[in-house]
Amino acid sequence: MEFQASLALVAPELVLSLSGLALLLAAAWGGDKASRLISILAVAALVGAGFLAAPALCNGASGPDTLAFGGQVKVDAFAAFAKLLIYLAAAASLIVAPAFFERVKAMRAEYPVLVLFAAMGMGIMVSAADLVTLYIGLELNSLAAYVLAAFLRTDERSAEAGLKYFVLGALASGFLLYGMSLTYGFAGTTSFAGIHAALAGDMSKGALFGLVFVLSGLAFKISAAPFHMWTPDVYEGAPTPVTTFFASAPKVAAMALTMRVVVDAFGAQVQAWQQIVMIVALVSIVVGALGAIGQDNIKRLMAYSSINNVGFILIGLAAATQQGASAMLVYLAIYVAMTIGGFVAILMLKDANGEPVEQIAQIAGLSSHRKVLAVCLAMIMFSLAGIPPLFGFWGKFLVFQAAVQAGMVPLAAIGIAASVIGAFYYLKVVKVMYFDEPANVAVGKSDWAHQALLAICAIFISPLGYLLTGWLGGMADKAAAALYFVG
Amino acid sequence: MHPILLIVFLPLLAAIIGGLGNRGLGNTVVKSLTTGALFASCGLSWMTFIPFLAGTAEASVVPVLTWVHSGTLTFDWALRVDALTAIMLVVITTVSALVHLYSWGYMAEDPDQPRFFAYLSLFTFAMLMLVTANNLVQMFFGWEGVGLASYLLIGFWFKKPSANAAAIKAFVVNRVGDLGFMLGIFGTYLVFQTTSIPEILAAAPGMSGASMTFLGMHLQTMDVLCILLFIGAMGKSAQLGLHTWLPDAMEGPTPVSALIHAATMVTAGVFMVCRLSPMFEAAPVALAMVTFVGAATCFFAATIGTTQWDIKRVIAYSTCSQLGYMFFAAGVGAYGAAMFHLFTHAFFKALLFLGAGSVIHAMHHEQDMRYYGGLRKHIPLTFWAMMAGTLAITGVGIADVFGFAGFYSKDAILEVAWARGTELSHFAFWMGTIAALLTSFYSWRLVFLTFFGKPRWDQSEHIQHAVHDDHGHAAHGHDDHAHHDAHGDGTAGYHPHESPVSMLIPLGVLSIGAIFAGLVFAPPFLQSEEFWGGAIYYNEALLHAMHGVPVWVKLAATVVMLIGVTTAWFAYIKDTSIPGKFVAQFRMLHAFLYNKWYFDELYNFLFVKPAFWLGRQLWMRGDVGLIDRFGPNGAAWVVARGTLAAKRVQSGYLYSYALVMLVGLVAAITWVML
Repeated sequence: MEFQASLALVAPELVLSLSGLALLLAAAWGGDKASRLISILAVAALVGAGFLAAPALCNGASGPDTLAFGGQVKVDAFAAFAKLLIYLAAAASLIVAPAFFERVKAMRAEYPVLVLFAAMGMGIMVSAADLVTLYIGLELNSLAAYVLAAFLRTDERSAEAGLKYFVLGALASGFLLYGMSLTYGFAGTTSFAGIHAALAGDMSKGALFGLVFVLSGLAFKISAAPFHMWTPDVYEGAPTPVTTFFASAPKVAAMALTMRVVVDAFGAQVQAWQQIVMIVALVSIVVGALGAIGQDNIKRLMAYSSINNVGFILIGLAAATQQGASAMLVYLAIYVAMTIGGFVAILMLKDANGEPVEQIAQIAGLSSHRKVLAVCLAMIMFSLAGIPPLFGFWGKFLVFQAAVQAGMVPLAAIGIAASVIGAFYYLKVVKVMYFDEPANVAVGKSDWAHQALLAICAIFISPLGYLLTGWLGGMADKAAAALYFVG
Repeated sequence: MHPILLIVFLPLLAAIIGGLGNRGLGNTVVKSLTTGALFASCGLSWMTFIPFLAGTAEASVVPVLTWVHSGTLTFDWALRVDALTAIMLVVITTVSALVHLYSWGYMAEDPDQPRFFAYLSLFTFAMLMLVTANNLVQMFFGWEGVGLASYLLIGFWFKKPSANAAAIKAFVVNRVGDLGFMLGIFGTYLVFQTTSIPEILAAAPGMSGASMTFLGMHLQTMDVLCILLFIGAMGKSAQLGLHTWLPDAMEGPTPVSALIHAATMVTAGVFMVCRLSPMFEAAPVALAMVTFVGAATCFFAATIGTTQWDIKRVIAYSTCSQLGYMFFAAGVGAYGAAMFHLFTHAFFKALLFLGAGSVIHAMHHEQDMRYYGGLRKHIPLTFWAMMAGTLAITGVGIADVFGFAGFYSKDAILEVAWARGTELSHFAFWMGTIAALLTSFYSWRLVFLTFFGKPRWDQSEHIQHAVHDDHGHAAHGHDDHAHHDAHGDGTAGYHPHESPVSMLIPLGVLSIGAIFAGLVFAPPFLQSEEFWGGAIYYNEALLHAMHGVPVWVKLAATVVMLIGVTTAWFAYIKDTSIPGKFVAQFRMLHAFLYNKWYFDELYNFLFVKPAFWLGRQLWMRGDVGLIDRFGPNGAAWVVARGTLAAKRVQSGYLYSYALVMLVGLVAAITWVML
């Protein structure tokens, strides 16, 4: 009986794993010719999984009823919120892929399958209630991601990106595992709830070591400084649809996982991790901003932009309040839309031969021949910079508000000051598009799927997005309440 | 509708329509509109004034709009009409209307006529607001409004650097005075808890002797307030110390000099002191200061006037000097005499300026009297107008028979200064008497140099240009030099023409004023308490004592006037080598006077240079060196450096990436262990 209930709770993961296996078989039979069909089916599987995950969020599920498999997995509203974002992002990176890969005749049926497995792994990550579950989900996602990064295996940059990601990912996994074993050693359990109980009193040095190592491993996944070094190289080298995926879904998963770990497992020792998170947040903001300024490749620029944004999201975590968690989730939702929109726009930048355009100098004067695209990209840049009335401002506002209400005025002030530096490189892109002599490089036609996706993202981040603040905030509040549920 | 509303707001309406319509309406429309408005305003003003003369009018206040109601601070837009205001109304609107008319001719060739006429009307409105103010704040509004219009009109020819510099100088020097005026208003509100002039004046006598503590010093409240207010008056009325802007203001078109820098705006300070006379009567130290500054200015400006060559500058220093008379008259308590001199002075000084403008017009913009001479026969009407003005300003007349305007007002001031009987008032009397001598000298010097003697026009560049242009058109072909020889009479072949009728009518009207204003208006201004109706502080005893002064005091002004005219005649008609010899003999004295007592140089050294130095320091060291360097530029530098560092760390090598991660981990562990 209990086993059946557990299975019902992990229904989205079951759907994804079963359809992943089935599509893998189909891919083996159908070959690369079937890749479009498999992509469509994979998107359908993600949509289905999403429908199965949604009720938990709408009901605001929390407490003991959400625990499955003897407390290994926790399928509450918080997990559901993250999962929905992950599935959406994964589906988006599936939709944009065919047009990109088919041009270089590299569209393989494995791509949607790998994305599905990665999405399943991320689903497990965000519903983990135990260190072991955490690690399984993380590695499931990571292994798929390493392969995806090197997906264009004949392309040197792609192969290099895959290898770098793998080696550094392995190092990070090492940190994580070492930290987990230390924690287990001092807490005597791998269950988050158990660790929480064991660390309720004074924290031993060993457990503190464990915490730092675990956080370092997770910081690698969210590409927070100083564990961000892989990000620019991998984002640049990986095929753009894969980069779209990396920049969106795993960020959500890893961030949600980090929140889960620090609140559920180390929630009794807030002061132990709060300062680390704060410093990591500030370093990420500054490194992201400074790094982005020197870039002339727009994908690298987006990589630093993601580091910068992670810093802002971590400010919400540093607040260590339910309000902060809610703000982070709203920020994450907006961030996913901005990132996907940004990368879709980059995918649409092609020269006359259809070759992707990645150099910022090459989009000079884009506004003169691709007006709509230029407007969308400009909106995304303004939104990333957090300039009102675009939606990107709202996320930053909520995060800073949470920090201020938690009494962290200096942190918020420094963050706001640093976001000014960030505005420079975002606005530089706009300036190049609108005020520089037209280079007439990016003139290629765009795929309709790209156009549709960009339109959706652009509308979401436009001032119209503010119509959703009530709904989105309500959902985020439910999720945050589930995270902070004390039963 | 009360006529005062029309008097005040017609010029504003004309200014707004003319200024905004500008070229869209065209020269003639704007000129007709503004001039028409002013003549209407002028007619209504006389209709307001005459009942006061007849003693049938009562002082009244016409509310316009509520303005500020904030806590205990309350003041409204309202127009006060009493004898004092009525005098100013006729002075302002009459001179302004005539100046508008005069400008039709004088500015006929200017490309920006609508702007000029709109500014003139705007000025008139501001000046009317000043004199009708029922509270100090509205007075300040008018005060600043005339300052603005003065700035705009001095710099009317804004392409001329010297005009711009003069406009800025006038504005900045007036700011110094205005600061005093503002502090005075603030202080008055602080002490009286109101800005309403009638309430303040009613309460002022009771405050006599009250003291206040400021920066640890015990000060007489009324003295402090009145001195601050008087500093404002000094700025606006170009009194010694804050006078430097007035001569430079002559860069503006001559009608502007006549209207603003002779007849109206510069007398605002005198008006203010008279309006607030009950306050000043309660402040003996401030009154002494008014007397001293007035007497000193009166003398000082007259000395400079004797040496200047520019016809407008001579009249400008003369204005400065005459304002000094008005102030020391007020200082000794004869506010009626001060207002009377203001009234007569407005006519004859506007006349002199407009006459000078007519001469300049005839002489093709030449303003240097060294290049005039013998103009009497060429422009006879202008000559006779200037004669009327000169007779008026020098105070020609025989007691109880007839005198020109200045005779009545200036003699009254000198007599009352003696009659007051204090040491300071005697000082003022002597200063005023010497100044009367100098006035007579420089006024006649002006007339003799301009209208008598032989033409000296051939040395003037302006005239040469004019002649050259004429002959260029006529295609004669011989050069200038040969041309001069051909004539040999100093005229360079130039033929001055009398000004057009639009310029001559104002000269005629003002000449009548200069001749008869004294005779007609002396009785009410000087001897009728009923006429004033409490508008100013009326010192019955003092005016009584005025009639009892010794005969020699009564004759003093006439005697020195005769000495002045005789000296001028000897020096500039009889033997024209005398001035040269005098200058050679008293080189130092002449240089001192010719360079205006070195006030500009002194201020340049004391204020302008240090201000520039300070500004430069704040700019180069403070703004560029400190704020920019450590602010925006510094931040940009740090960011650029940081970007370079971030690029260098991002080497692309796996091992360095791994190292950074390990360093980060170690740093984090070290942090939590500490």
